[in-house]
Amino acid sequence: MAKELLKGNIAIAEAALRAGVDAYFGYPITPQTELLEHMSRRMPELGRVFLQAESEIAAINMVYGAACTGAWAMTSSSGPGISLMQEGLSYIALSDVPAVVVDIMRGGPGLGNIQPSQADYNQLTRGGGHGDYRCIVLAPATVQEAIDLTVLAFDLADKYRAVAILAGDGLIGQMMEPAELPPMRQRSRTPPPWALTGARGRPPNSITAFSIAAETLEAMNWQLQAKLQRIREREVRYEAWLTEDAELLVVAFGSVGRIAKTAVREARAYGVRAGLIRPITLWPFPYAPIAQAAARVKAVLVVEMNAGQMVDDVRMAVCGQAPVHFHGRPGGSVPVPEEILERIMTLSKEG
Amino acid sequence: MDEQVVVVALQEQKVYSRPRALTAETTNYCPGCTHGLINKLIAEVIDELGIQENTISVSPVGCAVFFYRYLVLDGVVAPHGRAPAVATGIKRMLPDRVVITYQGDGDMAAIGMSEIVWTAMRGENITAFFVNNANYGMTGGQMAPTTLAGQVTTTSPQGRDVETMGMPTRMAEMLAGLPGSAYVARCATYDARTIRDARNAIRLALRAQMAGAGFSMVEFLSSCPTNWGLSPQEALQWIKQTMVAYYPLGEFKVSEAVQRLKAKR
Repeated sequence: MAKELLKGNIAIAEAALRAGVDAYFGYPITPQTELLEHMSRRMPELGRVFLQAESEIAAINMVYGAACTGAWAMTSSSGPGISLMQEGLSYIALSDVPAVVVDIMRGGPGLGNIQPSQADYNQLTRGGGHGDYRCIVLAPATVQEAIDLTVLAFDLADKYRAVAILAGDGLIGQMMEPAELPPMRQRSRTPPPWALTGARGRPPNSITAFSIAAETLEAMNWQLQAKLQRIREREVRYEAWLTEDAELLVVAFGSVGRIAKTAVREARAYGVRAGLIRPITLWPFPYAPIAQAAARVKAVLVVEMNAGQMVDDVRMAVCGQAPVHFHGRPGGSVPVPEEILERIMTLSKEG
Repeated sequence: MDEQVVVVALQEQKVYSRPRALTAETTNYCPGCTHGLINKLIAEVIDELGIQENTISVSPVGCAVFFYRYLVLDGVVAPHGRAPAVATGIKRMLPDRVVITYQGDGDMAAIGMSEIVWTAMRGENITAFFVNNANYGMTGGQMAPTTLAGQVTTTSPQGRDVETMGMPTRMAEMLAGLPGSAYVARCATYDARTIRDARNAIRLALRAQMAGAGFSMVEFLSSCPTNWGLSPQEALQWIKQTMVAYYPLGEFKVSEAVQRLKAKR
C-alpha cells in the first residue's frame, strides 16, 4: 500500500476497520469527532455495527455488551467522555473481555478546552475507575504510529482479554501526515468459548465483575493481577534515542516526544549530550530502561502537556539517581522545541 | 395387581416440574419476596417458547443481581442502571438471539433512566423486565423513584414528600409513550389471576421480540415484606390495595405488529 495524506482521527478509524473491529459505539466530542463520523459511514459499508450512543456511559456499556459476545468492539472519546466511561472500564477490566478505547486528549480539568493536551495520563494509566486494575495504554507520536498502535491495541486486547487504550492528543487526532494503512485483515469470526452466544449444547457462560464472597473476589483479583504482571513483563515499548552517551535525559511521550526530539537534536548541535526516552506504552511503563539511562546522566527533564503526571512515574523509575526536572504546559498549550531546548541548556550549565 | 395400577396412575398425573430454565439452587431473596416468583414465571415462558439455548440475560445491580445464576442462561451483570445499554451491545451483535434485562426500580427508574429511555426510543429489539417494589431493597429500604406518596422509607422517615421529591415514577406509562415501544404492560403477582396475566404478558413481550417488533417491557408490582415491615400476606394485600391504585395494571402499548401476534394465539 502507498502512503497517503491522512488526518489522525480518520487514520485511527481506518486502521481499526482494517485490524478487524466488529462494532463501534461512540458519542461526539472534539477533538475526536471525525473518528465517529468516519465509522458512521464505513462500518455499515462493511456490514459491521455502528451505533451513536446517547452518552459515553451508554457507549462503553454497549462496548461491554458487544465484547461479551466475543466481538471486537471499540469506542472513542476525549477527556470528559473518558471520565464518564470509567465505571464501565472498571467492569470490563474484571470481566476479562477485550475492548479498545481511543482517547484523543484535550485540555482539562472540567470542560477545559478543545486544544491538545496530555492531561488524561493519570486516569488512563492508573486504571481510572474503582478497584485494582490497569488498562494497556499506547501513546503514538505520529499519524503512522497511531495507525500501527491501533492495530496493536486490538491484538493486545484480544490476546490478554483486556482494555487497550490508544492515548492520542489533539495534535495526533487533528494533524494530517503522509502515512500508510495496513491491508484489510480477514479475521475468523468464530466466537471464543467464553462468549455469551446462547447456551446451545454447553452449560451457560456468565460474565461478571462481581462475586459476593470475599474469598472468590480476592481470587478473581489475584488472577487479574497475574495477567497484568504478564503484560508488564512482555509488553513494555519505548523509543530510546541518543541515550548511550547522554548526560541529560529527556523523557516525553506522544506528540511532545516528537517535539522534544527536535530540542534534543538542537542541544547536540550546541555540544550538549542530550538523549530522549519516549515511552510508547504508558502502561506498562518503561521503568527499567529509564532507570538504566538515569544511572548515567546528571539530570532528567520530563516534558508534558499537563501540570506534571508522567513525571511521577519517571521519579519512581529514576529513584533518586539523578534530579528529575519538569517542564509542563497544562490547559491546551503545545510546547515548542525552543522552550525545551532552553530548559536543556540551563540544566546542562547547572550540572 | 390393583395396587400396581394405582402407582402408574399417580405417576401419569404429575402436572408440574421446576422449569428447566430455572436454577435448582436456593435464591437469596427474602421470605415472601415475589422476585422468586417472577424469576420462575420468566423461566416457565422461556421453556414454553423453547428459547433457553437462544436467550442471553443482562442482570442489574440490586436484589436481582443473581438473576444470571437463577436463570439457566448465558448472562452478564451490567453496571447499575446500564443493563439496557449492555443488552443493546449484545443484541446488535447477535440479532437472532433473545436478549432480556431484569432490573429493579432504582436500577431502571433512577440511575438507569437515560439508558432505558434511549433503548426504548431506538426501538431496540430487546425485552426489559422491571420489578417495582417501591423501594431500594438491597441497600435496606431507601426511597426509590417508585416510592408512593407518603410512604415511609429509611430515607423518607416522614413519608415521601411529593412537594420536594415529586410524584412516584410510572415507568410503564412513560415508556409506552415512546414511538420505539412495541409492547408495554404492568402486572402483579398477588393472586392466581394476576399471576396468569403476568405470564401472558411475559410471553407476549418475548414473542414480540422474537418477531422483531421492537422494544418490549413488562413491569411487575412486587412485594418487599422485609423492608416494608409487613408479613408476606400483608405485603401482597398492600400491593393489591395500595400500589395498584397508583400503578394500574394492564397493557399500555400494544403496537399493530404485536396486536397481530396476539390475534394469532
